[in-house]
Amino acid sequence: MKKGLKRLDLIFKNEHDSAAILEKSLNRSNAELIEDLISSGLKGRGGAGFPTGLKWKLTADANGQEKYVICNADEGEPGTFKDREILSSVPHKVLTGMAVCGRIIGSQKGFIYLRGEYKFLIPKLQKAIDEFHELADSLSFPFRVEIFLGCGAYICGEESALFESMEGHRGEPRNKPPFPTDSGYRNGPTVINNVETLAHTYSIFKYGPEKFRDLGVKDSRGSKVFSVSGDTPIPGIYELEFGMTLQKFVDDFGDGDAKAVQVGGAAGFCVPRKKFDKTVIGYKGKLTGISLPTGGSMMIFNSSRSMYNVLHNYLDFFVEESCGQCTPCRVGTQQLLLGIEAVKRGDKSSQYLEKLLELAETMRVTAKCGLGQSVANSFSSIVENFREEMIY
Amino acid sequence: MPHSVDYIKKLADRHGRGLESLLPILENVYEDNHIIPEDAMVEIARELDVSAAKVYGTATFYSFLETEKCGKYVIRVCKTITCMMHGKNQVIKELEELLKIKLGETTPDGLFTLKETNCLGQCHKGPAMLINDVPYTELTPGKVRDIINEYRLNAQKSAS
Repeated sequence: MKKGLKRLDLIFKNEHDSAAILEKSLNRSNAELIEDLISSGLKGRGGAGFPTGLKWKLTADANGQEKYVICNADEGEPGTFKDREILSSVPHKVLTGMAVCGRIIGSQKGFIYLRGEYKFLIPKLQKAIDEFHELADSLSFPFRVEIFLGCGAYICGEESALFESMEGHRGEPRNKPPFPTDSGYRNGPTVINNVETLAHTYSIFKYGPEKFRDLGVKDSRGSKVFSVSGDTPIPGIYELEFGMTLQKFVDDFGDGDAKAVQVGGAAGFCVPRKKFDKTVIGYKGKLTGISLPTGGSMMIFNSSRSMYNVLHNYLDFFVEESCGQCTPCRVGTQQLLLGIEAVKRGDKSSQYLEKLLELAETMRVTAKCGLGQSVANSFSSIVENFREEMIY
Repeated sequence: MPHSVDYIKKLADRHGRGLESLLPILENVYEDNHIIPEDAMVEIARELDVSAAKVYGTATFYSFLETEKCGKYVIRVCKTITCMMHGKNQVIKELEELLKIKLGETTPDGLFTLKETNCLGQCHKGPAMLINDVPYTELTPGKVRDIINEYRLNAQKSAS
């Protein structure tokens, strides 16, 4: 079978060098380690794409009695399931990344915030943690990692809501600034990274930054683990290089009839067939055409799917998962849902869609956190590209 | 009585009495009782020295912390997009017929509660559901029947 895109095997490669990596890192200076991370070009794999080296540096430089390393395993974005696989098959890589981070920022306390839906992972994960503690102790680096179990709230994947949740509050996001690097969990400087980001640091500390930097394209270095689902004959988890066009992706993974791909989950963008070859998967930068960042969620829809149903499903999701704290998001999500239903029924004219697009844009600028702000991503990209499906 | 003063005190001894122990304590209460009753919340508030309203506020925010009595087995069927595309409605229909309850209800014998939930992170193997903590994937009506039968058999065995 001829397949176009190069499949990579960095993250899931079966290798056990935690001891060597930790030992080496403990003997190097902070500046050297951070320099490696920054020059590798690694950016946050949760989707936001903040440079990881910079995040660690800012936290290392921040003043605070107690600092924390948190692994964000609240993987709730529809269409994303890679972190579950990483945590179940290579947890030691994530733990090693956390420990090196702890060494750099001056923290001996790490947490894995695991979503409630993944509770079944705990026995295996706890075993990996126990083994890791032994290793850390043998190197006289008493770094400790604890699992904190979430309870079924999408919003807790938002970093400040996650801190609130760990502190015993409702998972309601905080105002920013201050950012977690200055004031995170219990107001201490905190590095919070996605599972995959931490696993990548393992490879960078093992192989050096060059190997990582050689992958991908400018501004989007390295490989990325993609969660592929929807209308595809081969759903699953794939590690691919950044910088591919959506057309290439669909050629490999589509069922031959793909009419749209949702990049980045319900909070991401819907790309119609006619824009496949102009859309590049990667962080914003000097790429040609449109570049879309993603936490790895790639959902393919073929021509048998109603995009109205897709949008309706997303909005249903947002209505339920909005924390309700700020009005633009709480009321906005509900009104968008009622709005598209009214247009579909014919109670409102098709021009009403313009009002709804305006509302979505208002949410983008006025909502307090990423949840409310990003509803407009999927809403506008679906309504604008599949307008006729919203009406008829 | 499981949510007596002593019971909550023991949980606080185990998890700690800071606010950061609140979620772990609430999870523990739910796991033991399949409900977080109001008197337990009041008692937790006393142990942690916070207002009962604070505990109630936190408990009711999270969808996996139930403040209404649930069955021994809580079934949560994923309703998010890819599971919907791959037939979650047939799965729900089958479950409703098997259990003779509607979504959101609990069987009269207190064994099963049927709910829908948002993305379970099993999109490549949809439709998916959780029964308590255990995920079941690539469901078909036939597979669902087998799973429920097994749970019923096990429940009968442990009862006899």
